[in-house]
Amino acid sequence: MALVLNEEQRLLAETAREFLQKQAPVSALRALRDSRDPLGYDATLWQQMAELGWASVILPEEFGGLDFGFSGLGVVLQESGRTLTASPLFATAVVGASALLLGGSTAQKTEYLPQVAAGELTLALALEESPHHRPQHIATRLETAGDGFALSGEKVFVLDGHSADTLLVVARSSGDPGSRDGLSVVMVPRDTAGVAIERTVMADSRNTANIRFTDVAISGAQVIGTAGEAGTWLEDVLDRGRIALAAEMLGSVEEVFARTVAWLKERVQFGVPIGSFQALQHRAARLQAELELAQSVVLQALSTVDEQPRQLALMASLAKANLNELAKLATNEAVQMHGGIGVTDELEIGFFLKRARTAMQIFGDTGFHKDRYATLCGY
Amino acid sequence: MEDLDQFREETRQWLDANCPASQRLPNTPEEQYWGGRRGRFASEDARVWFERMRDRGWTAPEWPAAYGGGGLTPQQGRVLKEEMKRIKARTPLYSLGLWMLGPALLEYGSEEQKQQHLRAIVNGEFRWCQGYSEPAAGSDLASLQTRAEDQGEHFLVNGSKIWTTGADRSDWIFCLVRTNPHVKKQEGISFLLIDMASPGVSTTPIELISGESEFCQTFFDNVRVPKSNLVGELNHGWSVAKALLVHERKLMAEIGGDSPRQEIAPVEAARRYLEFSAGRIADNQLRSDLADYEMRMHAIGLTHMRSFEERAAGIKGSVGLAMKYLGTEAVKDKNELLLAIMGTRALGWEAPGFTTEELDTTRLWAMSKAMTIAGGTSEVQLNVIANHVLQLPQAPKAATES
Repeated sequence: MALVLNEEQRLLAETAREFLQKQAPVSALRALRDSRDPLGYDATLWQQMAELGWASVILPEEFGGLDFGFSGLGVVLQESGRTLTASPLFATAVVGASALLLGGSTAQKTEYLPQVAAGELTLALALEESPHHRPQHIATRLETAGDGFALSGEKVFVLDGHSADTLLVVARSSGDPGSRDGLSVVMVPRDTAGVAIERTVMADSRNTANIRFTDVAISGAQVIGTAGEAGTWLEDVLDRGRIALAAEMLGSVEEVFARTVAWLKERVQFGVPIGSFQALQHRAARLQAELELAQSVVLQALSTVDEQPRQLALMASLAKANLNELAKLATNEAVQMHGGIGVTDELEIGFFLKRARTAMQIFGDTGFHKDRYATLCGY
Repeated sequence: MEDLDQFREETRQWLDANCPASQRLPNTPEEQYWGGRRGRFASEDARVWFERMRDRGWTAPEWPAAYGGGGLTPQQGRVLKEEMKRIKARTPLYSLGLWMLGPALLEYGSEEQKQQHLRAIVNGEFRWCQGYSEPAAGSDLASLQTRAEDQGEHFLVNGSKIWTTGADRSDWIFCLVRTNPHVKKQEGISFLLIDMASPGVSTTPIELISGESEFCQTFFDNVRVPKSNLVGELNHGWSVAKALLVHERKLMAEIGGDSPRQEIAPVEAARRYLEFSAGRIADNQLRSDLADYEMRMHAIGLTHMRSFEERAAGIKGSVGLAMKYLGTEAVKDKNELLLAIMGTRALGWEAPGFTTEELDTTRLWAMSKAMTIAGGTSEVQLNVIANHVLQLPQAPKAATES
């Protein structure tokens, strides 16, 4: 019964919705934006989220985790998508935690995962080097130097890159850019010598940075797993991220669509609610039908992480491509159907529009995932 | 769960032992068995297969055993479907009685009607057709004008029905008729069962763009129908019709798994008709279109599963109402995609020069155009979603009830 929430997940969703609607509604993101908050999220809020167990939903109990799996995490992400809540949830609790869980040595897991679970350690995956998601096109080098390594290169669009305690940097130990072989991921504390972080302000008011690494000294203990072998697990980490992001995007789409439908019932023109016009009804109904598909896809993808790892890549690409397309359509329709006020900053619809565009680029746009799906299916 | 696994194992063994090898091959339209007085088996194996399934009640697996059904739970019914699909077992009996009338009779029929008709449907004794649409009542079905006048002992029926599938080969028809012309249109409709052998009933086939003519127009000229053939209450036929439409739409949403024609899968068509380069379809547009279609079908398949799981868990969700729209639009997309992939090979109308499969592709493409019209147009489906799921206010003047 992967496609229907169980009691545990329903309760978690309810708690998350209640908490986030109260503590971190869209207006909280607006306040962070307008005050140019240096951290870009509310540290107290993140502590509370960690106390609720959200930083550790996917972690095994031995590392202080809740062990609710991705199906559990999905409902929290979906709720945080509804409120567009800025927090380390994605970069730390999904991507960073998965990297340590899938790639880390026992010693690394034992040391760092309990800190993640407690909300004491935030992480950021420094991956991209170009305007598009190209996970194997890594030019950043990890070269042998003395007893350890030296790290050099430039990263862009690092989610939470300006705020995370530790950066997980994808670098190349060997091979040419484009090759899956020879990749490494190293843990670099933010204040390490040779690390230059430049915060970038983006349309969605969330947290990203460009980061330059110049001959940064790296010890063997900082390499996650074995140097040169990250290619074997990094793709699984990204797939988990893609699925988690799809769940967050689903929450945003549900919210923006609910607000749009409410507006169609409320706004009166020509003496009747505009929602009585068939031209708008059919567009809204098509969105509803698409939403039904997206809900099934996301639920299945989440449970795939927990239960059918062999389907992971296929389901991740299906989910991300599906939500990319739907997020674009739903936010564009939301703005258009709201009419004039849809393009004002006063209305929150614009926040959903902007977040959708950023989320669409994270870990692969529609073309990337359609191509990958086709390749996985052998055509 | 254990019981279900055991049921699966037993079902698998029974099917292995009882489904003849010839009944595991794709069948042509001519080989389908539709039952009825004029029904003919295409082969001895088809007869044997039908009778074995019938004797277990598995032509209607989920109907109560008291009416000849298999008495299976929905979960068991699904297992049976899956196991039949696994060995590609043919559907032993094609029947609108099974798919549409039966479920409505189970819900609205009198005990006498259930006794009279359900077992006969399970056993394939009578072939049923549906009399809903009329020449002047399509999407606006409730404006139907076929009259049934109360003559004391019986109704006197006059009018005509269109798109009556297989009417020229059917024994009975279930009809929507007007029994009160003086009230709101939905409130004067009744649901009537009519024996096609009654004096005054006649049919004319309609030729379609696909070249087929499985549809008919059916005429009623002073046809006398016993009052015991009224299903549900007088003037309450609209509720029965709506319940039945749900079954029809569900059926159409799921269509494709059991096609009588040689349907080629788009990925397979791509392998045969397109150039590949380094393991990829060389034409980027077609590759992208194929991936779009495959991903959509993947999502639709998962949504069918979710719909099933929600029903099994007793959740009354909104998903069912979107499935007819999504499923039939996807069938149309698939057929357009096949034409694009196969090029002129999928435009042949007659032999020689084309394989049967290629000719079938052309015909299926033409037939697919009816999918988003029959059983409520896509536009009507969108009205239903807008009004019933999103609860948007009714459009001015347009009567969108369906």
